[in-house]
Amino acid sequence: MLWTRLSALVVKELLAAFRDKKARFALIMPPLIQVFLFAFAATMEVTNVPVGVVNQDWGAQSEQLISRFERASAFSEIRRYDSQADARAAIDRQEVMVVVQIGQDFSRKIAARETPDVSVLLDGRKSNSAQIVNSYLNTIISQFGTETFAPDKLNADSRIVERAWYNPNRDYRNAMVPVLIATLPMTMVLMMVGMSVARERELGTFEQLLVSPLQPLEIVVGKAAPGLLVGLGQCVIISGIVILLFGIPLLGSAAMLFLSLTVFLVAVIGIALFISSLVSTQQQAMMGIMLVMMPAMMLSGFSSPVQNMPDWLQPLALTNPLTHMLVIVRGLFLRDMPFWLVAQRIWPMAVVGMVTMGLAAWMFQRKVQ
Amino acid sequence: MTTLVAIDGLVKNFDASGPAAIDGLTTQIKSNQVTGLVGPDGAGKTTLIRLMAALLTPSDGVIKTCGFDTRDTPEPIRDVIGYMPQKFGLYEDLTVMENLTLYADLRGVVDPQRKDTFERLLAFTDLARFTNRLAGALSGGMKQKLGLACAMLRSPKLLLLDEPSVGVDPISRRELWRMVYTLIGEGVGVVWSTAYLDEAENCAEVIVMNAGRVLYQGDPKAMTATMAGRVFYARGAGAERREGLARALQNPDIVDGVMQGQTIRLVTAQGAPPPTPEILGVAAPVEIVATAPRFEDAFVAMLGGASKRTLSAQARRPVDETDAPSVEARGLTRRFGDFTAADHITFRIHRGEIFGLLGPNGAGKSTTFKMMCGLLRPSEGAALVDGLDLAKAPSAARARLGYMAQKFSLYGDLSVRQNLEFFAGAYGLSGARRRDAVARVVDAFDLTPHLNANAGGLPLGFKQRLALAAAIMHEPPVLFLDEPTSGVDPLTRREFWATINAMVGRGVTVMVTTHFMDEAEYCDRVALIYRGKAIATGAPEELQARVRSEKMPNPTLEDAFIALVEESDRQREAAA
Repeated sequence: MLWTRLSALVVKELLAAFRDKKARFALIMPPLIQVFLFAFAATMEVTNVPVGVVNQDWGAQSEQLISRFERASAFSEIRRYDSQADARAAIDRQEVMVVVQIGQDFSRKIAARETPDVSVLLDGRKSNSAQIVNSYLNTIISQFGTETFAPDKLNADSRIVERAWYNPNRDYRNAMVPVLIATLPMTMVLMMVGMSVARERELGTFEQLLVSPLQPLEIVVGKAAPGLLVGLGQCVIISGIVILLFGIPLLGSAAMLFLSLTVFLVAVIGIALFISSLVSTQQQAMMGIMLVMMPAMMLSGFSSPVQNMPDWLQPLALTNPLTHMLVIVRGLFLRDMPFWLVAQRIWPMAVVGMVTMGLAAWMFQRKVQ
Repeated sequence: MTTLVAIDGLVKNFDASGPAAIDGLTTQIKSNQVTGLVGPDGAGKTTLIRLMAALLTPSDGVIKTCGFDTRDTPEPIRDVIGYMPQKFGLYEDLTVMENLTLYADLRGVVDPQRKDTFERLLAFTDLARFTNRLAGALSGGMKQKLGLACAMLRSPKLLLLDEPSVGVDPISRRELWRMVYTLIGEGVGVVWSTAYLDEAENCAEVIVMNAGRVLYQGDPKAMTATMAGRVFYARGAGAERREGLARALQNPDIVDGVMQGQTIRLVTAQGAPPPTPEILGVAAPVEIVATAPRFEDAFVAMLGGASKRTLSAQARRPVDETDAPSVEARGLTRRFGDFTAADHITFRIHRGEIFGLLGPNGAGKSTTFKMMCGLLRPSEGAALVDGLDLAKAPSAARARLGYMAQKFSLYGDLSVRQNLEFFAGAYGLSGARRRDAVARVVDAFDLTPHLNANAGGLPLGFKQRLALAAAIMHEPPVLFLDEPTSGVDPLTRREFWATINAMVGRGVTVMVTTHFMDEAEYCDRVALIYRGKAIATGAPEELQARVRSEKMPNPTLEDAFIALVEESDRQREAAA
């Protein structure tokens, strides 16, 4: 009896999601498009940047330094400006985000074996990229300095040797793209589940469900199961694309990845159902989903590490299922994260899922009262 | 009297391949009178009004509003018409005054003229006391008045009212008609579109539409008069009256028949002899008397009469006979904060009875209905369905009731079959039982041709059949209907009630909420809910008899409704 009612609900939800051509399209196409967009466009590496130069020195040394900039693969071209004012204007116009200024006495000081000054102007509006360009410039300039002053003692002094663990080539895509396996299904499932109850409220079919013998908890489960199926389906497809098409290896266990994704989606669905239990129209549901989705992304460590957030925000980040899921996804893709570490991240998501589902069922019950 | 709108060969197609929404219409609309645009949902009434307001352009033909062609010169038309769209076009989050001010700004009504206009309109609509109230918090009748005030800001020559009486109770409806007659006296021309045929009788001229075509145009009284001598009451059939009506409708001489409380109203075919008591085939002695025709009789006869087909012969098996009341409200009370929406409402519905909950908007009938369905928990008292308390055994009690919501709540994206399968499943039917149940209702409601069509695209009549089919799939002994036939054309409505009557004949108990008097007339007994209290309970005839007086020798149910509400107001004032 219980199983009959539940399966009827689940079948109906899946039919509603896939029967209509437009609805089917909306479930499948946007995640695919987003995977490709994110993989290619949302990169934090800096390539193809023009660099501005104001060279007031007439000596050969400054030209040598500039030719080193020219050879660097990160920079597309060197734009020369006659004065500081011109360079400033170029930054204003966003032609360049960085200008290197070489003083009049550059060559003379090198000849006198003194330390010459090079100033770097950065566009603070693009703080991240400018920082990265700055570090490239620094490397080039200090290398130039070492080689000019002590060409023969090159290997004598101590030197920092960098090695990036887990991502030896520091390939940005390897760190960024796997994350999409969690974030894209999250947005889709939030929408699908969050809106579905509101749509039924608007249509009046929700009352129809409430007068049937279905219990509130059954409605919650009946709404959650199709969302979980669709969400996991998307996870599988996106993982396939990430592993096969982008060639990003999964170093950890696939079983662990999907176990965590299941718990994660349950938590997300719980949040969606809780939102939908509070609202009465699709518009309100949309607002509620947005209200949750944006902070969930920001506080997850998706773009900036959770450790950098202020202390009072950190506990909030821990209640966010995406925070934990991102740790797991990155851990399983870039290194073989052991189960005990994964489990530490799974249980908070499970708690979020159970609490929100329970609240949603309670709210549906309360609405009847 | 001048011509305000001249329509010549008007055609409007929304979809090149589909049927025309308006198909070859030629007519004129005159000033100083109300022109009724009458027809069922989907007849093309709204399309025609929007064409007159120059909000749509015709696909073919010409339409001139106040002398301006709507295609070439739409702008000046906006200055001379007032248009009240369906649901009144108000901003529900703004107050009454803010709505008025907004519309005045939009329509360029500026000071000092604005102040006078506001004063005049607020006095006219009697809304001056509520200027600071949010439009969304107004009752249906007050919203309608505010909508009218907004449409009247520019003192229009032509006032277009699109279904102004939907969702408005009889009292507010009468008030609106009074206001419209006042405007007529001032020389305004009014177009009033409606799905309620009884309103046609208030119009000087009617344009009766069906499926984009005009069926009749002219004086409604002349149309009604064609039915003279063809309408009869059959009284005395007693408990067998439903079967009697079903039998009479099979007779080729009878084109239409409806129930009016204990009485059967029969309309004979043109040239047919008056009906004899024998055609009802009931044991009790039946008395047949001639009566005055109504506009609706003429309308139904014009559409070819009521359907002869009977649906639902096997729609459900007979219910076991017992004498216990099937549905019971025991002192049902619901309080929202300080406000008591339902105040100790008590009634009993017996097996095989149709019981109606009547009342003006906001009187508490929906609250009562929701408590009876288990959608709302009573603050006090109990609601019992088939002997089970909805609060104590909600799932079991709900399994015994079938519920059909106001707007045929179906899943529009799913096919007819998928809808039926879902509702069967939701009521716990599986395997062979589900197949049987689906097959049974598909057969009984003649849904086979539409089985794979999306429910959202069905014609209204089929949507209604499907909604009813879904509600009775699990063979509930009790059926709750929320305004089941509002906005539905008279033929579909007859078919629906024939089905309900057949089910009642098999022992099903039916509870209906409505504020349409013709729906109420199908009920065996009604409870009139007003200000949260059941102010009168009884058969429709009993209520009519209670208000019969020298001034009103033949009160209709609507008259009774209004008189009883007014009497209750007087008693309350006297007590205060």
